[in-house]
Amino acid sequence: MKALRNLMDKIKPTFLEGGKLSAFHSVFDGFETFLFVPNHTSKSGTHIHDSIDTKRTMFWVILALVPALLFGMFNTGYQHYLAAGLLDTVNFLQIFGWGALAVLPYLIVSYVVGLGIEFTVAQIKHEEIQEGFLVSGILIPMIVPIGTPLWMVAVATAFAVIFAKEVFGGTGYNIFNVALITRAFLFFAYPSKMSGDSVWVTLNDTFGFGSAVSPVDGFSGATPLGQAAIATGEQVQLTSIVGEPLSLWNMFLGLIPGSIGETSTLAILLGAIFLVVTGVASWKIMVSVFAGGIGTVLLMNAFAVNAYMAVPFWEQICLGGFAFGAVFMATDPVTSSRTETGKWIYGILVGVLAMVLRVLNPAYPEGMMLAILFMNIFAKLIDYYVVNANISKRAKRALVKQNAQK
Amino acid sequence: MEQLINLFIKSIFVDNMVFAYFLGMCSYLAVSKTVKTSMGLGVAVTFVLLITVPVNYLLHTYILKEGALSWVSPELAGVDLSFLSLILFIAIIASMVQIVEMVVEKFAPALYAQLGIFLPLIAVNCAILGGSLFMQQRNFTSLGQASVYGLGSGIGWLLAILGMAAIREHLKYSQVPAPLKGLGITFIIAGLMGMAFMGFMGIKL
Repeated sequence: MKALRNLMDKIKPTFLEGGKLSAFHSVFDGFETFLFVPNHTSKSGTHIHDSIDTKRTMFWVILALVPALLFGMFNTGYQHYLAAGLLDTVNFLQIFGWGALAVLPYLIVSYVVGLGIEFTVAQIKHEEIQEGFLVSGILIPMIVPIGTPLWMVAVATAFAVIFAKEVFGGTGYNIFNVALITRAFLFFAYPSKMSGDSVWVTLNDTFGFGSAVSPVDGFSGATPLGQAAIATGEQVQLTSIVGEPLSLWNMFLGLIPGSIGETSTLAILLGAIFLVVTGVASWKIMVSVFAGGIGTVLLMNAFAVNAYMAVPFWEQICLGGFAFGAVFMATDPVTSSRTETGKWIYGILVGVLAMVLRVLNPAYPEGMMLAILFMNIFAKLIDYYVVNANISKRAKRALVKQNAQK
Repeated sequence: MEQLINLFIKSIFVDNMVFAYFLGMCSYLAVSKTVKTSMGLGVAVTFVLLITVPVNYLLHTYILKEGALSWVSPELAGVDLSFLSLILFIAIIASMVQIVEMVVEKFAPALYAQLGIFLPLIAVNCAILGGSLFMQQRNFTSLGQASVYGLGSGIGWLLAILGMAAIREHLKYSQVPAPLKGLGITFIIAGLMGMAFMGFMGIKL
């Protein structure tokens, strides 16, 4: 630690004004404050002094995402070998290693593109580097299917960072969740690459490791939600990619095809506990999203006219991006409602819309992301009315008091 | 009944006037600065749509459509006046807007002053004429359908402008780059909102 500090102090003058590399001062500043908590404090206005800052907050979220990411890597490998019918011949490390190699490029592309834009903008605006992309950069690879070409991820990330964040003034000012805009952009710009049989499970090799495999007989790469959307008959029989029936335990654990990080409800639950305990994310939003979703599913169960509507809620919340969206996306403090009452309303509407979109819209079985994006629009409106209701309530109370005193 | 509810929900979300057809954009972009005025304009648009679509429906069914005049006398069964529909729809809309204007001026002078030129301009708001033309094009079969469609489209427009207005009020505290301040950022927000609304496309009700 001390050596690192000394090194930073030694190279610091190079980046300060007049130094050789002063053009890159914000890059240096970004790294320095990332490694060491800065000791400068705000000099104007009223502030609560706390050792936590935006970089540290972002880092908590990344820590919370790690279980889901690691499991996503394992699942990528697992689905690959399952599809090839080679699951018995490989050990845990091989499965995980293969998946990690497949997922890493997405992580690298998203960080390089996003942080590249952030760094450039910070240089142009002569500001410090904003740390918002630390979380978006890890969320983006986790919500895309493993079959997405890397250049698409790069294009979508660039679009989202520029048009959903930088034009609004950067971190903290964005109206829409950057990672969700990336996902929506991919979804609408390249629909053929975002759905279908082959995007959720990869059969290719990664950098020459493993080998391109041909799938076993009866292979179908559709996600459980995709299966449910086209199911006919009284009941949905969800199957794994090789046609074996799925148990609830498999769904909870996450051994199902889906976007890279969103399949494991267990890993997401670990992250959720961490976020709630550290106080980084709002438990009100999480609870109300689940309440809204479960309530909607129960209502649909009661009036079920097709097999999809009859899927019980414990399966619905384990499948697809619902849990992931509820814990990591809907709780984004910037784009969700900021008033406490508003959080409840916002969360419930996200849950309801997610289930409605998922079940009623056969085109987008993975409706959670679109539901949150949709509610991002109205988060500010909810806040507006909550604040105004509060103002008029207090004005009325003051009036009553005044009259009583007279 | 079920069909009417479906039509209502569909006209609000799936066939949203602003985000599915990009109609009524001029007042949408110009008046969405504050939530209060947007609410006023949105309610006015909803009201005008709710009145004009059913009235135009009656006009279309009993006077303009091919064979519609057969209730006058059987000899007129071959008359097709639908080429007049555009001009007559506009006449109905303009007179309705006049009424709304008078009502607003009388009962809410503050709102009247805030809306300014945009209130009379509802007469040429393409969302309103669009509502009537869609009614004609989609061959609604009852007055109920036409009214529900008018109301739903109006509420869809109201929701869109309210969301936009709340975002724009919020943006006052953002550091939007100078060249994009004002209309520029509003266009970008409208585009992103359209993307969020695309989630509803393809819903079958």
